[in-house]
Amino acid sequence: MSGHESTYEPKTGIEKWLDSRLPIIRLAHDSFVDFPTPKNLNYWYTFGGILAICLAVQIITGVVLAMHYTADIDQAFGSVERIMRDVPYGWLIRNIHMVGASMFFLAVYVHMFRGLYYGSYKAPREVLWLLGCIIYLLMMATAFLGYMLPWGQMSLHGANVIINLFGAIPLVGEPIQSWLMGGPSVGNQTLQRFFSLHYLLPFMIAGVVILHIWALHVPGNNNPTGVEVQDVEKDTVPFHPYYTVKDGFAIVVFLIIFAVFVFYAPNVLGHADNYIEANPLVTPAHIVPEWYLLPFYAILRAITFNIGPMDAKLLGVIAMFGAIAVLFLLPWLDTSKVKSMRYRPVAKQFFFGFVIACLLLGWCGASNPDNAIIPMGSDKLVVSYTDSAGLEGQRTFEDYAPAAQFRDEQVTAGGVASLAIQKAPAFTFKHLSQILTAYYFAFFLLILPVLGLRERPKGEPDSIHLSILGHDAPAAAPAE
Amino acid sequence: MKLFRPLLLGLGAMALGLSAQAAGGAKHAHAPEKGWSFAKVPAGQLDKESVQRGFQVYQEVCSSCHGMKLLSYRNLGEPGGPFYYDEYSNANDNPLVKALAAEIEILDPNPDENGDPVYRPAIPADTFRSPYPNDNAAKAANGGALPPDLSVITKARGHGADGDGASYVYSLMTGYKDDKIKTKVGDDGLNVNYIDFDEDETVGTLTQPTGLYYNPYFAGDTTPQWDGDPRHAPYGGFLAMAPQLPDGRVEYIDGTEATTSQMAYDVANFLQWAGDPKQGQRKSLALPVMLYLVLLAILLWFSYKRIWRNVEH
Repeated sequence: MSGHESTYEPKTGIEKWLDSRLPIIRLAHDSFVDFPTPKNLNYWYTFGGILAICLAVQIITGVVLAMHYTADIDQAFGSVERIMRDVPYGWLIRNIHMVGASMFFLAVYVHMFRGLYYGSYKAPREVLWLLGCIIYLLMMATAFLGYMLPWGQMSLHGANVIINLFGAIPLVGEPIQSWLMGGPSVGNQTLQRFFSLHYLLPFMIAGVVILHIWALHVPGNNNPTGVEVQDVEKDTVPFHPYYTVKDGFAIVVFLIIFAVFVFYAPNVLGHADNYIEANPLVTPAHIVPEWYLLPFYAILRAITFNIGPMDAKLLGVIAMFGAIAVLFLLPWLDTSKVKSMRYRPVAKQFFFGFVIACLLLGWCGASNPDNAIIPMGSDKLVVSYTDSAGLEGQRTFEDYAPAAQFRDEQVTAGGVASLAIQKAPAFTFKHLSQILTAYYFAFFLLILPVLGLRERPKGEPDSIHLSILGHDAPAAAPAE
Repeated sequence: MKLFRPLLLGLGAMALGLSAQAAGGAKHAHAPEKGWSFAKVPAGQLDKESVQRGFQVYQEVCSSCHGMKLLSYRNLGEPGGPFYYDEYSNANDNPLVKALAAEIEILDPNPDENGDPVYRPAIPADTFRSPYPNDNAAKAANGGALPPDLSVITKARGHGADGDGASYVYSLMTGYKDDKIKTKVGDDGLNVNYIDFDEDETVGTLTQPTGLYYNPYFAGDTTPQWDGDPRHAPYGGFLAMAPQLPDGRVEYIDGTEATTSQMAYDVANFLQWAGDPKQGQRKSLALPVMLYLVLLAILLWFSYKRIWRNVEH
């Protein structure tokens, strides 16, 4: 914490020499060794360290991959396979990078939900939260750019779908679209700029991560009680060795899950179509983004109606970007004075509902919006016909035999008839994603602002120290 | 670890989401009865003899239409490859690989000193010969259908789980209904092939378009050709590849009986290897890595317990 006095004492001559010129060892010591950290951080707080590891892993493997990758539409697909086949341990490096993207997002989602639950975005940590949102935005951009590079079918057609979204913006949409593509369509020039930006953005992420850690170390860590540190002696322990070892354990457990994917199922998190070389003339049956973007894809597709002059496509794009933008406003949307949802029994219910809504939105994003979740009734058969007198009509049947007989009769009588399926009305993925999208926005724009003013929170503990000792409710009588 | 339970739940939900990506229409591919040796946990390896036989099937059957442009003959003799032997650690010295390559005449990528094209026997460093000079030639020779390159076909089908792609190849190659095909004379006087179905609710007749073949494992739509209840049209679709592996189609060098399912099993194993030639190395490295990480986690757990032993938290 900023108010915390430095305890670093340079011992050797060279350390003293350096400390009076560039106190970098002092900085590291104060930030990662003697930094006072609340005693009560649980395992959900280890994901910050896990994310730092993820970023480092992605940058290191990515730099090596870039040495062997060719950003050219005729060679990109083959060069990625060549890395897997001919570069020593290239298969390992590429699998780590590919699975690493998924693991990075898995960790960032846990990290964000944790921040949401314990109110880590509230004063005095608003800037910390905003920097985190910027990192998340940069991560999504980087992942999207990177997914383009193997130049498979999903790379090309996924990029097409996303870039076309910008075309929905009035007036400036189309110029932005061609500016992103570098031409009239997604082609070699697009691949080259995507590669360039994919290499650039991770270093920008690293820069914002430094700011994120800085913004963390000014107010210090939040903690599961949401009560600020009052007594450094009683409430905190030094970061090292207490949290280096705890984070270290969590990181290794995380790496075990990581390794299971890398070694046993490297392709299970991706889409098989991306092993078909990109072909602009053949569009895949279902274009879906990677799993970590599916909830936003579901929100985009949930908007199927026009409002006034705005058509569904534009509204979908607004909703999708709005779903991310609303995160930036969160510190000012939540009006509650109590940080941790541990002491907000009502908000807690809505929070778990929000987590489930996000997971279900992911499911919707992966599914065909017209597919039924709950069918109401069964599909019927409809025969459309034009009889010999030129009269048009339709007749609906439950069973096939009478329907076919009726069709055949019409044809024999000199008319035209065809038989088709009439889908039963159903509760589809489209409907589910509309409900969930409504809840997603209501959670931020309605529930958190209103609930903060109206709910009656349970009593917070007076201090971290007392909470650890089991005095969760404020002491009625003076302690001791 | 009750803390990690929500994490696992999340992973489960993810898997659910991914399985929901399954394209409708085609019948779900299945592994052969004996399963895939490479898909066994924790360190399943490819059945090397089967991969060798599969190469023979590819060479004698598939390669007349399907290229494998990401493979070179040397790959066959590299560690994990079907013809790798310890005494020839350099695949270019492997006499078997050299002989296999030399049987094939290729167009040298470099012309001679006069600029004329050179045809010569392949060497291990050459890539697999493509059956057609370009995609248009391939389409022209196959009624407009492009036979896909098979280099990574096992990774390009299924959902990325171990064995998904091989199961697809196996199911497709054994899934043709050629024994059920009947022929009648159509209205135009030409022969029409059709299949009568009578399975549960799928009752009716499926007419095979000329030059196409029905296969329940091929993604597509059968309703336009289906005379019967469209709500219960058969799974699958039509593809331009005729059934390729009738019993005895190849004569195996090792004397194995070449039944349809044996050849399909072998060629699926070969393509599984070809799609990811380093999978054997990956699987054998997996166990030591996992053991290392688990031991490290245990050590860190006890360090954590020891360091925090005097701190209430």
